[in-house]
Amino acid sequence: MRVPLSWLREYVDLPADVTPAALADRLTTLGLKFEALHAAGADVTGSLVVGRVLSFESEKHSNGKTIRWCQVDVGEGEPRGIVCGAHNFAVDNLVVVALPGATLAGGFEIAARTTYGHVSDGMICSARELDLGDEHAGIIVLGSADSVDMKPGDDAAELLHLRDDVIEFEINPDRAYALSVRGVARDAAIAYGVEFRDPADQVVPTPDDAGYPVRLDDTDGCPAFAARTVSGFDPTAPTPRWLARRVQLAGMRPISLAVDVTNYVMLELGQPIHGYDRNAVSGPIVVRRATAGEKLTTLDGVSRSLDPEDLLITDDSGPIGLAGVMGGETTEMSESTSDVLIEAAHFSAVTVYRTERRHQLPSEASRRFERGVDPTLPARAAQRVADLLVAHGGGRIDDGVTLVGSAPAPVAVAMTTDLPTRVTGIEIDEATSVGALEQVGCTVEVAGGRITAVPPPWRPDLTDPNDLVEEVARIVGYDAVPSRSPVAPAGHGLTEVQRVRRRIGRQLAGSGYVEVLSQPFVGSSDWERLGLADDDARRRTIRIANPLSEEEPELRTTLLPGLLRALARNVARGQVDLSLFETGLVFLPKGDGAVAPIPSVDRRPSDDELAAIEAALPDQPEHLAVALCGDRERAGWWGGGRAAGWFDAVAAIRAVAETLGVPLTVRSGAADPWHPGRCAELVLGDEVVGRAGELHPRVCTAYGLPARTAVAEVDLAALLARADTMVVGPRVSSYPVAKEDVALIIDASVPAAEVEAVLRSGAGELCESVRLFDVYTGEQIGEGRKSLAFALRFRAPDRTLTEADTSVARDAAVAAAVQRFGAVPRV
Amino acid sequence: MSGPSSDYDPVEVTPLRADEVEKMRDDALAAVATAGDLAALKQARQEHTGDRSPLALANREIGALPPQARKEAGRRVGQARGAVAKALTEREQVLEVEREQRILAEESVDVTLPWDREPRGARHPLTTLQDRIEDVFIAMGWEVAEGPEVEAEWLNFDALNFGPDHPARTMQDTFWLEPAAAALVLRTHTSPVQARTMLTREPPIYIVCPGRVFRTDTLDATHAPAFTQVEGLAIDEGLSMADLKGTLDHFWESMFGAGITTRFRPSFFPFTEPSAEVDLVCIACRGEQPAVATCRTCKGEGWMEWGGCGVVNPRVLVACGVDPERYSGYAFGMGIERTLMVRHGINDMRDIVEGDVRFTVPFGMEI
Repeated sequence: MRVPLSWLREYVDLPADVTPAALADRLTTLGLKFEALHAAGADVTGSLVVGRVLSFESEKHSNGKTIRWCQVDVGEGEPRGIVCGAHNFAVDNLVVVALPGATLAGGFEIAARTTYGHVSDGMICSARELDLGDEHAGIIVLGSADSVDMKPGDDAAELLHLRDDVIEFEINPDRAYALSVRGVARDAAIAYGVEFRDPADQVVPTPDDAGYPVRLDDTDGCPAFAARTVSGFDPTAPTPRWLARRVQLAGMRPISLAVDVTNYVMLELGQPIHGYDRNAVSGPIVVRRATAGEKLTTLDGVSRSLDPEDLLITDDSGPIGLAGVMGGETTEMSESTSDVLIEAAHFSAVTVYRTERRHQLPSEASRRFERGVDPTLPARAAQRVADLLVAHGGGRIDDGVTLVGSAPAPVAVAMTTDLPTRVTGIEIDEATSVGALEQVGCTVEVAGGRITAVPPPWRPDLTDPNDLVEEVARIVGYDAVPSRSPVAPAGHGLTEVQRVRRRIGRQLAGSGYVEVLSQPFVGSSDWERLGLADDDARRRTIRIANPLSEEEPELRTTLLPGLLRALARNVARGQVDLSLFETGLVFLPKGDGAVAPIPSVDRRPSDDELAAIEAALPDQPEHLAVALCGDRERAGWWGGGRAAGWFDAVAAIRAVAETLGVPLTVRSGAADPWHPGRCAELVLGDEVVGRAGELHPRVCTAYGLPARTAVAEVDLAALLARADTMVVGPRVSSYPVAKEDVALIIDASVPAAEVEAVLRSGAGELCESVRLFDVYTGEQIGEGRKSLAFALRFRAPDRTLTEADTSVARDAAVAAAVQRFGAVPRV
Repeated sequence: MSGPSSDYDPVEVTPLRADEVEKMRDDALAAVATAGDLAALKQARQEHTGDRSPLALANREIGALPPQARKEAGRRVGQARGAVAKALTEREQVLEVEREQRILAEESVDVTLPWDREPRGARHPLTTLQDRIEDVFIAMGWEVAEGPEVEAEWLNFDALNFGPDHPARTMQDTFWLEPAAAALVLRTHTSPVQARTMLTREPPIYIVCPGRVFRTDTLDATHAPAFTQVEGLAIDEGLSMADLKGTLDHFWESMFGAGITTRFRPSFFPFTEPSAEVDLVCIACRGEQPAVATCRTCKGEGWMEWGGCGVVNPRVLVACGVDPERYSGYAFGMGIERTLMVRHGINDMRDIVEGDVRFTVPFGMEI
C-alpha cells in the first residue's frame, strides 16, 4: 500500500515536524511494515512554469521528423522560442515549460541548446518527463488561454501536484484495514495522539425502493450491496489533476474520470467499487452463484468458464461480473458512457479468495476482499463515488438509493483481564488494555475480571483473545517487552544419531573430502546422463506440480545428479583434484496412491488420522555420496602423486561404516552408472545398501568429467539404524607378536574379501589380524589365476606363542582357503 | 717364539728397557693423535694395541726377567698401555662427534618446501553454522528435533492455523507435489517439526528444528528454492514474550558476542499471536554513531531484520493436542543462509549452493 502524505494529512493533523521517515518508523512499530519511501517529484528542480503557445511553425526535417518551432509566452514579456516534437497541442493552449537550468525526472538537465536549426530556449514537457505517468506521445496540455486558475509564468510544479512524499507499506494479511488511506490515517492518529477525521463519515440518503433493482440470491457470499446511478455525466471530462496524481502515487494508472474516481474511493476507504455502463445493463442485478457451463468474458478480454462456486453479478443477459474480482466486458464503461451504475458491495472473503485462486486473477479489489473489508462501507462509498463524479463530470445523481442486505454484526471477543500481562510479560493494567482497545475502535466492557471487546467493522481479524492482546501490545509498544533469562529443564543434548552424523562429516572432511549441499531438483536429462534404464527404480520419482523449471520437475531419488554436477562445475572452473561428499534426503514414492487426510483443527487428530498422514508421505531416507577425480594425493617435490580411483570411493564408505560400528561387507556388483567391472556392492545383512566404484566412461563423458572418476552412494539411514558406536574396551596383550606371511594362488574371479574372511576364521582365536599386502598376476601364476599375499599376526593374551602354536594356526588358515577356494599355497 | 726360560735368568731384556717402552708409547700416542677419522683410528688401534703390537710383545717378555725385575717392567709397560688406551678412547669420542656433525650437516634440507600432498577437506559452512546454533540451544537445555522434507499439507499449513482459504497460504510460495489429491508439499518452513513434537510429546517442550525448507524462488544472489532454517519452540507453563526475548537475546549474544540486542516489531504469522519481526542490532556497527551512518552491513539502519517470532497461537496448541488453558509457548525462526551471509560477509547465495571447493574449503571443520 502506497500512501501519499498529502492525502494522509487530510484525515489526521500530524505534528508539523514529523518527517516522512519518522512517520514510517512510528507506523512500523504499530504493525504497518515500512517498505520504502518515495520522494515523488523531488528530482524535478528549477523553473517549471505555465506557458502559453502563441504560435508555431511545423518544419519537416531530413530525418523524417516533423517538429514544431513554437513561440511560447512564459510570463516574461518576451516570448521564448522552443522546439517541440509533439503535435497534440494548439495555439493558445497552456503547456508546461521547463526553463533552462531546470532538471527533469531521471536527472535530465534543460539548457538553451541548438536543435533542428533553432536555439530552443527551454522544453515543453510530457507527463513522463515529469514523472507524472507513462504518457510520452504528447505533451501535457494544462488548459486553454481562457483558463481562470492559471496564467503564463505560474509555477507549474504546484499546479501539477508534482511534489509529494509517499510511504510504501507491506501490509500483513491481518491488517486489511491498512489497505486504505483511511486505515493508515487511523493508526497515524493513534501514533501521535491526534484527532482522526474519518473520510467514511458521509451523509447518505435513506435507502429506498426507487434505486436500481438488486436482488441477493446468496447473502453468505454477498451480505450487502449498495448501488447508485449517475446520469448525464460527461465522459470526456478530465480527471482533476490532484485526483489523478494521488491515484498515480498510490500505484494505479489514471485512465478516465469514471475509473479514476472508483479507484480513488477504493484507495481512500478500502471499499472496492465497480462502475457499469448503465445502458449496457439490462434488467435487475442479481447476485448468485454460477451454474455449470456458464461463461464470462472479463475486462481483461479472457473468456472464463465459471465454476458453480463462483459468485456472480448478473443481469437479464447473464453474468456481467465475477463478484469482487473483476467486471465483465459487456458492461464496461467506455469513452461514451454518460450514465453510470455504481456498485459498492460486500463479498465474503472466502468466496473471493477461491474465485481469485481458481481463475488466477488477483486484482486490487480481490486483494482487499479476501483479507476483509469493512462491511458497513458500501452505501457510503457509493455516495462518495457519485458525489465525486458529478462534481468533476457534471450530470446528476439519480433519485433512488439502493441498499440490499446488511453488514454482518461483529462478534464480541472476551479475555481475562490479566491475559495481556500473561502473554506479553509486560505489566499491563486493566485501564491500559481497555484504553488501547478503544483506541483501535473496539467497544469495550469490563465485568467479572473479563474484558469483552466488540471489534469495529473494519477489524474482521479480531476473533480470538490473543488478537486483542496483540492490539494492546502494539499500542503499549513491543519495546516494553522485558527480556527474561530462559530456563529450560535439563536436556539430554544431541541424540546418538545427531552426534554420529557430525562425526561422519568430520571424518570425511578430515580425510580430504569437501562437503557440498546440492539443490534436490532433477529431471530426465539427469537420468539420461547417468545412463539409467527406463525401468530403473531411481526414475520412479515424485513430481512437483509447479516446478521452477520444466527441466527439473522431479525430486531426487539419488544424490548423484547434484553431486556430479557440482563435481563437473568445479572441473569446468579449473579445479582438477577433487574429493566431494554430500549427505541429504532422497525421496522415494511408495506408489500406493495414499492420500494425506486433512483433519479438523479444532482438536488433536486421532492416532489413526496421524498414522494415515505418515503413511501418505514418501520414504525419505538420508543418503551419503562421495565423488572423486584427479589425484587423491598430489605429485610434488616428494615424488609422484596417486590418482583417485574406485578404491577410494569404496574405502570412504568402509571407513564410515567402521565409524558407525556397522558390519558392512563389500562384494562385486554391477549397476548404472558404474563401470560394470569396477562396481562394489555394499551389503548390510542381506541388503544391498549402496554401491561404490568407478563411474562408467560414458557417464564421465556425459558430465564432462575426467576418466576414472569414482563415486559411491549409500543409504546412510540404513547404516545409522544399525549403528553401534559403543566401543568395548579391547584387552591389550603385552606378549610378543608372531608374524606369518601366506601367499595363495587362486582363481582370478575369487574376491579378495572372501579369501581374507576365510583365512581369518580359519586362523582361529590366536589370529590378531589378516592384511592383504600384495596381489600378483602373471605368467608364473597362469592364465585366469592370481596370487594373493597376506600378512597374518598371531598373539595370545596370556603367554608367548611357540613356533608350533603359530604354524598350527597358520596351517589351519591355509587349509581353510584350500578347501574353500581350491587355493594353492605358494612357497 | 719361545716361552720364558726357567733356567735362563737375564738381567735385562731390550724391549723392556725404559727408553724402549717410552718410545713404543710415544709412537702409539702419535698415531692416535694423527688419526684423521674413525677408520685411521681403527688402524692405529690395531697397530699399537693389537696382539702383535710392540707393547703387546714387550708385555710378553716380562716373564723372561728375573723375578726382582718383573715388577718394575710390568709397571712400566702397563702404564704405557693405559696411556695409549685412554688416548684411543678420547680420540674416538672426538672423531665420532665430528662424524655425526658432518653427516647431519650433509642431511640438512630446505624446510620451507611446501606440503600439499593430501587434499584439504571441509564441511559445508551451512552445516557447521547449524551445528553451532544447535550447540547454543543445547547448552540452554534445549533439544534438536527433525522431520521430513516432503510434508503433509495438514502439518505444513492447517495444524499451524493457516486456514484453507486464508490469504496467508499464499504468503509462502509453496511447491505442491503431484498428485494434488495426495495433499503433500515440500515443507515451506520447519514448523511442521514443531507440530510433530507437540503431537507426540508432553510439555515442557524446548526444541530447535533446523533443516531444509523450500519456496518457489528462483536461484539468485539472495534466494535459493531449497534453503535452510532453524526454528525454535518452547511450550511450558507461564511462558510469555519476555521469555522469548530473553531466549533470543541470549542466542544472539552467543552467536555474535556481548552487547547484541534484539528489537520486536508487530507482524503477522498464522501460528503465532501476538507475532513479531525480530530486528538484531547491526553486528558491524552495533547501531552506534558515527559508525552507523556509513555502515554497509545495515545500510545505515542500525538494525537488521532477522526473522519472525511470537507467542504460539492457542489454536495451534489445540490442533496439536496441547491444553491451551494450562500451557503457553513461544516460537521463532530464522534463515541460516542469511545468518551465514552476514556473519561471514558473503554476497551471493549462489556461492553457498554451487559447491565450488574454493568457497567451502576455507571454512574448515568448525565455524
